[in-house]
Amino acid sequence: MTGLSDFWKVFKRNKMGLTGLGIIIFFFLMAVLAPFISPYNPNQTNPNLFLSPPSSQHLFGTNEIGQDLFSRNLYGAQISLEVGFAAAAVTVIVGLLIGLISGYFGGIVDEILMRVTDFFLVIPSIVFMIIISAFLGPSLINVILVIGLLSWSPTARVVRSMVLSIREWPFVEAARASNAGHFYIMFRHIMPNVIPIVFANATMAISNAIFSQAALVFLGVGDVNDISWGQIMHFALYSGAISAGDWWYIVPPGIFIILLILGFILLGYSLEEIFNPRLRRV
Amino acid sequence: MIDINDLFVRYKTENGYANAVDHINLRIEKGIIFGLVGESGSGKTTLGLTLLRILPPSAEIASGSVNIDGTNILRINENEMRKWRGKRISMVFQGAMNSLNPVINIERQVAEPLIIHENIDWEQALKIAREKLALVGLGENTWKRYPHELSGGMKQRVVIAMAIITDPEILIADEPTTALDVVTQDRIMKLIKSLQREYNLTTILISHDLPIVSEVADKIAIMYGGKLSEVGENEQILRNAKHPYTSGLLSSIPEPGSSKEIKGIPGEPISLVNPPKGCRFYNRCQFASEKCKNYDYSPKIVEVGHEVYCTLYGE
Amino acid sequence: MKGLASYFTKRVVFAVVTIFIIISFNFFLFRILPGNPIELLYRNPMLTKAQIDALYHQFGLDKPLWEQFLIYIYNSLTGNLGISFYYKQPVTNVLIPALENSLILLVPATILSIALGIITGVVSAWHRGTKLDFALLGSALAFYTMPTFWLGSIFIIVALYIGGIPVSGMYSLGLNYTGIIPRIMDLLSHLMLPLITLTLVLYGEFTIIMRNSLIDVFTEDYIITAKAKGADDKRIIWEHAYPNALLPMVSIIAINFGLVVAGAVLTETVFSWPGIGLMIYDAIISRDYPILQGAFLIISITVVIANLIADFVYSYLDPRIRYK
Repeated sequence: MTGLSDFWKVFKRNKMGLTGLGIIIFFFLMAVLAPFISPYNPNQTNPNLFLSPPSSQHLFGTNEIGQDLFSRNLYGAQISLEVGFAAAAVTVIVGLLIGLISGYFGGIVDEILMRVTDFFLVIPSIVFMIIISAFLGPSLINVILVIGLLSWSPTARVVRSMVLSIREWPFVEAARASNAGHFYIMFRHIMPNVIPIVFANATMAISNAIFSQAALVFLGVGDVNDISWGQIMHFALYSGAISAGDWWYIVPPGIFIILLILGFILLGYSLEEIFNPRLRRV
Repeated sequence: MIDINDLFVRYKTENGYANAVDHINLRIEKGIIFGLVGESGSGKTTLGLTLLRILPPSAEIASGSVNIDGTNILRINENEMRKWRGKRISMVFQGAMNSLNPVINIERQVAEPLIIHENIDWEQALKIAREKLALVGLGENTWKRYPHELSGGMKQRVVIAMAIITDPEILIADEPTTALDVVTQDRIMKLIKSLQREYNLTTILISHDLPIVSEVADKIAIMYGGKLSEVGENEQILRNAKHPYTSGLLSSIPEPGSSKEIKGIPGEPISLVNPPKGCRFYNRCQFASEKCKNYDYSPKIVEVGHEVYCTLYGE
Repeated sequence: MKGLASYFTKRVVFAVVTIFIIISFNFFLFRILPGNPIELLYRNPMLTKAQIDALYHQFGLDKPLWEQFLIYIYNSLTGNLGISFYYKQPVTNVLIPALENSLILLVPATILSIALGIITGVVSAWHRGTKLDFALLGSALAFYTMPTFWLGSIFIIVALYIGGIPVSGMYSLGLNYTGIIPRIMDLLSHLMLPLITLTLVLYGEFTIIMRNSLIDVFTEDYIITAKAKGADDKRIIWEHAYPNALLPMVSIIAINFGLVVAGAVLTETVFSWPGIGLMIYDAIISRDYPILQGAFLIISITVVIANLIADFVYSYLDPRIRYK
């Protein structure tokens, strides 16, 4: 696996990965183009159209204060993707660092870091997120940090187990023998070999973050003011629209979340398949 | 009597078909130890798996027949075949590797073929299993143990006990001593030999190690690149080897007491995918000539029971 | 057997340490973060001066931090989790019944989802590459990616459309039961939708893991050995492959108890099921910090204990740990 073009050659034969990538690109375009293709200003209310079902004017109907749900759903893609990528970046960076240090140094450092990792793996992170978000107050950056900082343990574990085997490779041994610095070896020699698997892990982290953000906002502890799919569902439940049977309010944001998460999961599976030869034969 | 006719088995790979057993004819008499020797990738294991029809899904038996006492086992249906496996034909795998199930104890694994094939309850089956375990030299303290608690040699004995518990007619042993130390290797070989004598087992001994095989085998076939290169009685192969490949294998055996350098065969084994026309050994053979490139693998009979597949020996 | 004892000791020590860290976390979290309860205590209009003084003393705020910490640990371990701002009762009195309600939903949902996951996973693995595999895997993935609260909401809309299916709470309001049986029937009818929702969102991951772990096991040498013995498909799957494939499954289930809890919290919120999840939700709205703190502690301890149980099950299933 050398270079991007080689990777693409393998990747384009992977139907699962292509489907995932296609879905992600679709939502990416939705987020970027939302201001241009939205038929209405998503915040514009219309007192004459409370909770109206889908029509040719309002494809997804309207909400309890007469806002156009189609436009709001288009804008909703922005927050999901922003939070997804940003939180996953935090997750991956922390997970990568902890995994590298733990695996490379071993011994007592490894023991302590892995117990901490186990701790974060075991605690019910969503409850933790809810409580911390409730304290910190609703803001996008808080949601991103909370999700990112509570989700890194699986990445750390995967990275550590890879580092454990890579550090026995001859070129790493050679580098050590030549008295190269620890951090030089870690980042120049070991990290490049871990990166592919980290990418596969990152897609899982992204789907995880999208899911968590929607859940937090739905529970009212995220940022309820920014338009997001979780927020649309939050108001669908608490405006009584669900009890009234207004399906159009709740169905589209859920389907969008499912599709987007599915996109990242499919991409993740395909990357793992490509980078992990043990899976490839299956 | 096992009669293999024009057997052709290939694997589907990313780069095309790998012809693992490439139109082979072979005859194995009842009650003998038949050694099948070749490097890894020569097709010898595939041949063994074909006899039990337990090839991986990527494999395909493209043509040929395997007649055992008059039944072509390649033609019978899967249900029929299952009755052969573990009952009439048993297989001994490399016990030191992962051929034993890690979560089932030893005696239950050994007894299982009886449960599958005989109308018998667990209690009786376990009793017989313990007898067989004792027979292969495993004492009572091992019976209820799990594979990870046993040494490589002990696991190999377990696998053998499991294979003979149904009193099969044919035993296929695939690298039964690989990954074992020399002393244990010797003991396992002696065990196989004594079982073969006692039960008149037709034993097919598959190995990369000609010296080990030659210690016990009555007949030996040498495989290279999915083809046979030489077949003969033990003595004929050891004392009168005709094929340059066989000679190569023999010259890599250190003479007892001699300090002579082991020669080995230069070059890499040939790939089974898209093999060249003619002799498979061409690129490594010191006697290679133009006519080898078109060799059609018609056998040359050296003497009774001794066949060689080589252009060096005239019509 | 010595290996097993040391394995258990290790797991128990880890569980104890984890609980200790959670308690410490709780202590500092509720003192350091902005808008923490101590700060808010004096501004809470729902509390009388006397209550504030009582709480002040209870938190030990007149003492140095390390002493406060020790008092806090002592209180947590003795089940004294403070007094709820909203209910004006000891937190334990409020949370224990809620925990029971949560378990009524959680335990059956976990068991059902694991059973469903194992069955679909085995079928999928055995028919891998076929349309059946594709369909089973597809639905597993779909439910796995489905937001819990969304699926719950959809069920509510459908149930309301059909009519007659309770969509909220645990018992019908204002009903006088004539016996235990009608009461249980009422409970079961209320349990139906939350249970189905939680089971469905949980099972998908188990299917995927079971399938992949089985397919991995199918390539092991001992599966070929079983085949060579003449074992049929049924025997190969259930006697040889399944017990081995279950091992990764158990460790994943252990790791995922956090996810189960997340699913339960969201399900309870949607269906107003009076468990800990709903309690957390209400506590956030009413800023009832002792409840939040207590809920986090109780949930964490439940998860840690569930993990410990999973470890024991694992060691029971894997002789490599049982006899080291």
